[in-house]
Amino acid sequence: MTQPVQPSDFQKRALTLAQQRSAPAFLQTVRQQGLDEFGQIQWPGRKTEMWKYTTLRPVEAFANAEWPADDVAADGEQLASLPELDATRLVFVDGIFDGAASDELPDGVRLFSQADEAARVVLDQYLGKIAKDIDPSRRNLFAALNDAWLTDGVLVYVPKNATLEKPLYVVHLSTAQAAERVANQRLLVVLEQGASADLIEHYLSADDASASFVNTLTEIHVGDNARLSHTRLNLEHEASSHVGAVHINLQRSAVANGFTLAEGGELKRLDYQINHCGEGAELNLNGLYLGRHQQHVDYHTTIEHRVPNCTSQEVFRGIVGDRAKAVFNGRIHIHQDAQKTLAELNNRNLLTSNTAEVDTKPELEIYADDVRCAHGATISQLDETALYYLQSRGIELPQARMMLSYGFINEVLETLPHEGIRTALQKRLRQRFVEEI
Amino acid sequence: MLQIKELVAEIDGKQILNGLNLTIGDGEVHAIMGPNGAGKSTLGNVLTGRDGYEVKSGEVLFNGKNLFDLEIEERAREGMFLAFQYPVEIPGVSNMEFLKASLDARRKHQGLEELSSFDFMKLARETSAKVSLDAAFLKRGVNEGFSGGEKKRNEILQMMLLEPQLCILDETDSGLDIDALQVVANGVNAMRDGKRSFIVVTHYQRLLDYIVPDHVHVLAGGKIVKSGDKELAKELEAKGYGWLEGEVA
Repeated sequence: MTQPVQPSDFQKRALTLAQQRSAPAFLQTVRQQGLDEFGQIQWPGRKTEMWKYTTLRPVEAFANAEWPADDVAADGEQLASLPELDATRLVFVDGIFDGAASDELPDGVRLFSQADEAARVVLDQYLGKIAKDIDPSRRNLFAALNDAWLTDGVLVYVPKNATLEKPLYVVHLSTAQAAERVANQRLLVVLEQGASADLIEHYLSADDASASFVNTLTEIHVGDNARLSHTRLNLEHEASSHVGAVHINLQRSAVANGFTLAEGGELKRLDYQINHCGEGAELNLNGLYLGRHQQHVDYHTTIEHRVPNCTSQEVFRGIVGDRAKAVFNGRIHIHQDAQKTLAELNNRNLLTSNTAEVDTKPELEIYADDVRCAHGATISQLDETALYYLQSRGIELPQARMMLSYGFINEVLETLPHEGIRTALQKRLRQRFVEEI
Repeated sequence: MLQIKELVAEIDGKQILNGLNLTIGDGEVHAIMGPNGAGKSTLGNVLTGRDGYEVKSGEVLFNGKNLFDLEIEERAREGMFLAFQYPVEIPGVSNMEFLKASLDARRKHQGLEELSSFDFMKLARETSAKVSLDAAFLKRGVNEGFSGGEKKRNEILQMMLLEPQLCILDETDSGLDIDALQVVANGVNAMRDGKRSFIVVTHYQRLLDYIVPDHVHVLAGGKIVKSGDKELAKELEAKGYGWLEGEVA
C-alpha cells in the first residue's frame, strides 16, 4: 500500500476518529477497505479535476473534530416542523439513531447493528460495492471515508416482487452540539427483482446549530424490473458542511425516479453515481440548487451507460445570488456496447447578482454509434420581457423578480411525487425569495 | 383621460415617434391604424414605460398626471393597461397567482381590500367564462403553451379583472380567427361604460366592425397624419396607405 506523499491534517484526524469507534465484526471488511482507500488517496487540491471549483477548506477546518455525544435527542419542535407524510420516519441526530423520535421499523428495514444472519448476507453482498466500478480517477474520496467511519446504518431490503408498504422517510438532524463534530450517515437499499420502494432523505439543522460536517453515502441496488423513487433534500443551514454521495446500480428494465434539492452552505457537495448495468433501465433525475450570501453548492453527477437500450433524463436548475457560488458537473459516459441509448441532460442557471458565480460543465462521452443524446447548459439572468409584463400589470419589480425566480424552480418542484414535501418546499422556497425582496 | 403632446421617442438611437399628438377623452374609443414600422407598437410601449424606449421630448398627461414621472407598475395601478401583441409565456408562475398579484396591486392602490383567495377564485372563474377560456387555464403557467387565441383571451381576461381606465389593445386581432375575434370584441364592448377609454391599434378594418371606434387615426412616420371617424377605416381598407404618403412630412 502506498501512502500519499502528504496526508492532510484532516485525513490523519479522520483515520484516528475511525479507530475510536467500534463496529460489529461483520462491518470490519468494509471499514478496513475504507481505511486503506481513504488513507492513500491524495488529498484534493485546486488541480484535482473533481474538486476544481470547490475548495475543501471547510472540511479541513475539522482537523480537530470529535465524534458527537451518543445521547443526543431530537428537539420536539424541530420534529413537529417536518412535513406531514404518510411514511415510516427514522430520525438520526448528529448521525446517531434516535429511537424515541422514530417510528417502529417495518419489515425489511433495520439498522446494520441489528442485522440478523439474512441481513448480513445482504450487507456482505452489496455494502460498499454499488457503483464501485467507475473510472478510478473519479473515485469518491468521501465514499471511502464513509466506509472507514462505518459503525451503523439503515438497511432496506425488499424481496422479489414485494413493495415497501410506506415510503421510508429518513431524517438527519444536526444540532448545536454538532459544532466541531463530524457525523457519518449510511443507507443501503436493495430492491430485488420486481420490488419497489420509495425513499426520502431529509437533512436539516436545528435553529441554533453551528458548523457541522456530515458525510453521507446512500447505496441503492435496483434489481430487474424493480422501481425506485428517491428524494433527497439537503436543507441544513448555511454554517454547515455536507459531503454526500448517492450510488445507484440499475439492473435490467429497472426504473429509478430521483429528485434532489440542495440549499447552499459553507460547503454542500453531492455526487450522484449511476450505473446502467442491465438493458432497458430507465433513469429520471431532477435537481435544484440554491445559493445566496456566501454559500457554496456543488453537484457532480456521473451516469454510466454500459449496456444497450437504456434511458437517462436529467434536469438540474439552479439560482445563485449575492456572492454565492454553484458548481454543476454532469457527466454521461456511453460505452461502446451501449447502443440505442437515449440520454438527455439539461442544466439551467439563473444568476441574480453580478457577484454570484456558476461553473457548469456537461460532459458527454460517447463510444457507441447508434445513440440519441442531447445536452445543454445555460446561465442567464431574469427575463426582461417577463419582468416588464408583470410590472405592466401593476406588480412591483422586487415582487416580479421573486415570482420569476420562484417560477424558475417551481417547474421542477412540480415533478415531486410527494404532495406533503412538495407543498412544504414550495412554501419554504417562496419564503426564501420573499425574504430577498 | 390622456393627452399626448409633441411626443418624440426613440429606441436604440433610432427615432420612431416624431412629434405625435393625440387626445383621448373619457369614454372614447380611438383606433390607430397605419403601415408596418409606423410606430404603432412603440406608442403602446412608450406609454406603459417599457425599458429601452427613450422619450426625447414631448409630454403625456394621464388624468392630469405627468405619465413619465410614473414607474411601469405605477402606470398600471393608475389604470393604464396594455393588451400585448405578443403576450409573454412564464412557465412556473401560475396564471392564478399572476392574476391575483396584479389585482391585489391595483386594489391596494385604489384603497380597497385584497380579495380573499376564495372570492378571487370565484371572480377569476366567472371572468374566464366570459372570455370562453376554460378555468383549467388559470392553473397553468402564465400563457404557457397557450395558442395565439388563448393568449389574447387571457389578455382580455386580465383587462376585465383589473378594470383599467385606459385600455390599449396592441394588434389584439393579429392571428385570431373569427370566433376568437368575436370573443375579444365582446369583452371590450362589455367594458365600454361611457367612462373607460380605449386605444385600439390594428392593421385591419375587420376588428373595427366589431369594436366600433369613435375616432380613427392614421399613424405614419411616427406621427398622426390623418384623423377621421369610422368611415376613414373603411377608406383605408379600400385604398391602402399609399395615398397618404404625401401627408407624411
